[in-house]
Order: sequence, then C-alpha cells, then structure tokens
Amino acid sequence: MTQPAESHIQTFREGAKAAWPICLGYFPIGLALGVLAQQAGLSWWAVALMSLLVFAGSAQFICVAMLAAGASISAIIFTTFVVNLRHTLMSSALAVYLAGVSRKFLAGFAYGITDESFAVNLTRFRQGDWDRWQALTVNQLANAVWILATITGSLIGQFVPQGAFGIDYALTGMFICLLVFQLQGRIYLVTALLAGTLSVGWYLLIPGDSYIVGASICAATLGYFLQRRYRSSK
Amino acid sequence: MSLPDYLFLFGGMGLATYLPRALPLLYLAHKKLPQWLIDWLSLIPVAILSALLAPALFTDSTTRQLEFGKLELLVAIPTLIFALKTRSLGGTVLVGMLLFWLGGFYF
Repeated sequence: MTQPAESHIQTFREGAKAAWPICLGYFPIGLALGVLAQQAGLSWWAVALMSLLVFAGSAQFICVAMLAAGASISAIIFTTFVVNLRHTLMSSALAVYLAGVSRKFLAGFAYGITDESFAVNLTRFRQGDWDRWQALTVNQLANAVWILATITGSLIGQFVPQGAFGIDYALTGMFICLLVFQLQGRIYLVTALLAGTLSVGWYLLIPGDSYIVGASICAATLGYFLQRRYRSSK
Repeated sequence: MSLPDYLFLFGGMGLATYLPRALPLLYLAHKKLPQWLIDWLSLIPVAILSALLAPALFTDSTTRQLEFGKLELLVAIPTLIFALKTRSLGGTVLVGMLLFWLGGFYF
C-alpha cells in the first residue's frame, strides 16, 4: 500500500461528513420499505438480498407493491428498468468528472449511483474539493445504511413510530440545499424553473414516472439553446 | 417464493438497475466529449433536482393533482431561505426536519 493509513481515514471522514444527510434520510424510508416487504410476505433475508442486489429505493417499493399484487417476475424487472432509466443521465453527468478513471473503479462506483449520492457527489465534484475515493465512500455508506434500515424495518419496523422528529423531510431538505448549490448563474436558475414547471405539468398529465427524465431532458435542452442564443447575441 | 425465485427476480432487477448506471459512465469517461455535450450535461443536475423536487412540493401524490397548501411546500420556503443564507447542507437538513416536525403538530 502506497498511501499512509492516515489519508484513508481522512478520506473516510470526508466521505462520512458528506454522506450523513443521505443516511439520515434513507433510514425512515428503508424502515418503511422493510415493513411493507414483510407485510407482502418477504422474509428479512429476502429483503437483505433485494437491497444488496438492487439498491434502488423507488424500484424496490414498486417491486414490493407488484409482488403483493401478484405481478409476474418479468413485469417487475421491466418496470425496474424503466424507473431506473433516469440514472443514465446522472451517470453521464458524473462521467465528466471521472474522465480517464479505470474501468474497474467505474464498474464498482456505478453500483452506488442513486438520486441522492449523485446529487451530493456531483455538487462536491463541481466545487472542486472532491476525489473519487471520497465519492465512493458516500456511495458505500449510503448503501450500508440502506441495507441495514430495510432489514431492521422487516424485523421490527412495525414498532417504530412514524414521522418522529421530522425525519421524513431529511431528503427533501437535502435536495433543496443541493439545488441552491447548483444555482451558479442565471442559466441554471432558468433551467431549474423550466424543469420544475415541466415536471409538475408532466406529472399531472402523464401517468407513470417518465416526468423526471422527460422534464430534465427538455429543460436542459431548452436551457442549452437559450444559453447559446444569449452567447451569440453578445 | 423460494430462494432461486428470489435470486432470479432480484438478479434481474439488479441488472436492470446496474446497467443504466454503469454503461454511460464506462463509455463516456473514456471518450473526449464534445463541448456541446459538456455544456448540456452541466445543466442536467439542476434540471434533475428541480424535476424531482417540484412534484413533491406542489402536487398531492395520492390524487396526483395540483396542491399549493402542503406542509412540504410551506416548510420548503424557510428551508430554501436558510440554504441561500448559510449554504450549509447539514444545517438545512436539520432546519427542514425541525420545521416539518413542528409543523406536523399544527397541520
């Protein structure tokens, strides 16, 4: 090992500092998922296996609901794919900051890309004080907490009071602040407003989960052309 | 369901989750990206965050209709101001939670 042990500890500490809001937010959601899974007839080891192999909160909730409704395995897998397509966008945006990194690292890193870890890591990469090992720490810590929370939920979740200390708002609060961090100029503000409006409209008019990907792509594209037009008119 | 069934289901779901996360990264990180793509991708994070948040704040998820009086939205306003003033992620999360918790008693 070429790196001194101290710098590993430092990396872990920095990663943990960035990851705690995610962990705080994942805990009640993981508990809730565990409870629902247990009610749908999954035992704790099946929940653990699912969280380990899948690690995608919304897809897991949908899976449990579909299992309870007696859906086929192929329908559940296909739905998972559709729900998680938005991560292609996040993975692409992260590629800008992980250019030239070994494929082995990227293959491991990709496992932990969620909405939340993406938002935290991309913000930090953009601020320029972040490296890939710290980013990986965020992914892995979030994953560990998620697995633990879902197992806990499947075992004792029904005894935990709902909504204590406003913990259900942790991820919303985190997204609000990360959104603020992203607003680094007028074009970002315009894109955010476009995305929010399009997303609400899309959500109201079109059933399913396509609103996230659809609104993001439309808003980023509109923002891109607005920016180009503004630049060329100067 | 038995263990092989679960393995098959979760393995399939795992692949359907992993491939969209891995393929763009593995492909794009080893390519010279054109400037237009970099510019476009730099707008993606703000767009995704806003697209994730807005329906959670402005709509009712059970009826899927517009709703302007949700506690989530009312709490979001001071939380947003706090984030703008302090630029502290941890502080914003805690302030949001506290307000949401207190708001729950009155709502």
